[in-house]
Amino acid sequence: MDYFIELFFGGLTRGSIYALIALGYTMVYGIIGLINFAHGEIYMIGAFTSFIIATVLSIYGFPLLSIVIIAGLAAAVWSSAYGFTVEKLAYRPLRKAPRLAPLISAIGMSIFLQNYVLLAQTSDFLPFPELIPDFPFMEPVAHIVGSSDLVILVTTALVMIGLTFLIKFTKIGKAMRATAQDKTMAVLVGINVDRVISATFVIGSALAAIGGMLIASHIGQINFYIGFIAGIKAFTAAVLGGIGSIPGAVLGSLVLGLTESFATGYVSSDYEDVFAFSLLVLILIFKPSGLLGKAETKKV
Amino acid sequence: MHFGLKKKLFVATVALGFAMAIPAAGIAGDTIKLGVAGAQSGDLASYGLPTVKAAELVVEQYNAKGGINGNKVELLIEDDVCKPEVATNTATKLVTDGVDVVLGHICSGATKAALPIYKEAGVIVMSPSATAVDLTKSGDYSNFFRTIAPDDAQAEAMVDFTIGTLGAKKIAVIHDKGDYGKGLAEIAEGLVKASGKAEVALFEGVTPGAVDYTAIVQKIKRTGADAVIFGGYHPEASKIVSMMKKKRMDIPFVSDDGVKDDTFIKVAGDNAEGVYASGPQDNSANPVAIAAIEAHKKAYNEDPGAFFENAYSAALALLNAIEKAGTTDSAAVVKALQTETVATPVGNIHFDAKGDAVGVGFVMYVVKDGKYVVVE
Repeated sequence: MDYFIELFFGGLTRGSIYALIALGYTMVYGIIGLINFAHGEIYMIGAFTSFIIATVLSIYGFPLLSIVIIAGLAAAVWSSAYGFTVEKLAYRPLRKAPRLAPLISAIGMSIFLQNYVLLAQTSDFLPFPELIPDFPFMEPVAHIVGSSDLVILVTTALVMIGLTFLIKFTKIGKAMRATAQDKTMAVLVGINVDRVISATFVIGSALAAIGGMLIASHIGQINFYIGFIAGIKAFTAAVLGGIGSIPGAVLGSLVLGLTESFATGYVSSDYEDVFAFSLLVLILIFKPSGLLGKAETKKV
Repeated sequence: MHFGLKKKLFVATVALGFAMAIPAAGIAGDTIKLGVAGAQSGDLASYGLPTVKAAELVVEQYNAKGGINGNKVELLIEDDVCKPEVATNTATKLVTDGVDVVLGHICSGATKAALPIYKEAGVIVMSPSATAVDLTKSGDYSNFFRTIAPDDAQAEAMVDFTIGTLGAKKIAVIHDKGDYGKGLAEIAEGLVKASGKAEVALFEGVTPGAVDYTAIVQKIKRTGADAVIFGGYHPEASKIVSMMKKKRMDIPFVSDDGVKDDTFIKVAGDNAEGVYASGPQDNSANPVAIAAIEAHKKAYNEDPGAFFENAYSAALALLNAIEKAGTTDSAAVVKALQTETVATPVGNIHFDAKGDAVGVGFVMYVVKDGKYVVVE
């Protein structure tokens, strides 16, 4: 039973890691129906930004808490700028093009950003500073969760609550929902659709950047390629939960994280991905819209 | 640049042609013929050409002091492009030319193809670089020797250390699913089982690049393993050791030369302390190695290339064995190779019954104060 609880919490942490990235995929898809394959790279850029800022600040002897806050804010702002620019350069000109064009553009952007960071930084793995100190919990808690697991879990929960609030109760949230429902009608009732889309990219990118910082601190290393696998897994989680749905992205991520954790724990880590993607296929066969997704209705 | 290289090669070939032609014409029949076979052209030439240079330097050194027992040494250089089908032709050509011993071939595949031809002709072959396990371990090629440790020697070094020195009884064998890591882990698993002194508690592969290795670490813990053997590279190793520290697991982590890299220490930081990794022994303080590299720099005005030290050692070992045996008769030379220790750039070596060099191999390192140091 202890082992089950350990795996369960391990899976929750892993799921929360996916969730922080998956939210960006699902928001963008919800608004403009585009799968932003460059999102994993935005996450990677967030990790790199916080790495650089945290390293510089620690040289100047800033206290840890202020390093975390400043690095987190800087990463969020910088990644948002990237998200905003990517949308403007690579997706906006193609908004009226056939659906395949922005998809290819997104893949191109992803490869471009990877190589850009590869050239600007290095291809080496870099040691990421431990921003969340390893707090010595009492046994048996120490075996189950560490301080960084807790921070990731709590952050994901807060982010989800905050986002739900933003979308349900704020003006920009209303505009987002309207744009998602019908772009043309939104324009007709006076919503600046371009601004709403940009805001979506900015929010999604900021979340990915925070995720990048927390995850890099949890794992302890970064390189230019980390966005690819994390992006693929988070995208899978978003589809699993029903792409376009925010609670769906979180649920899908947790289900994926738990599946992988239990597959490793009770079967073999050789089959971790086999189980994860088999689950995806099964869900898509029996509930094509994902766990919490709404079946798409054709507009007449 | 391309033209320059070609021109240099051409000049070298012509020069070599003359160099070979003159002594051959002068004291025909009385020379000791040392064949050099390997890739000297094509995409793998960078692995084969250093062997030619090593042979030239060693032969020059021997001939300068009057050859072996009064006989000059002559070089017969043949290209096999590292292709098995060419290697058989190369071998036939060398045998027809009356070669006494052969330094080469470079690639395991080409070596395997050529060996039966040499065996038939009673020619001894010594490779500086062919690491395929069965070339020696199968016992099929009594005429084959090498100055490089085979692929399984590393796994053996890791397992011997884990069971013998660390006294582990239950070992978790983890790999990264790659050719190198998994291959090594499979050999290690077999060795642990065969030892009878320890059991394999877990044999599993992790996915490289996965965001989190918590589950596999929890699993290792649950099996009650008292040591981990890891086959793979440093990014996965550093994630696993960091996670082990976080989960308060304090058991030895024994890894390979994919981890014996300073990047590992840089990335894993404090978590790297106490991690074991095997790696080739350090030859930089060996006077023979220093002299060989100096000679190369003087003769060719550049640093030696891949396997130069192994090739230099092989040439020394072959000529030394002929000198000690006093004949080129293969049975006598084999005996001399197995009994006479020779000082070479890779250490003081002789050969075991199957043909692997004794004294060449892997040593264990441990991370201590942010540096890899040899385990005493």
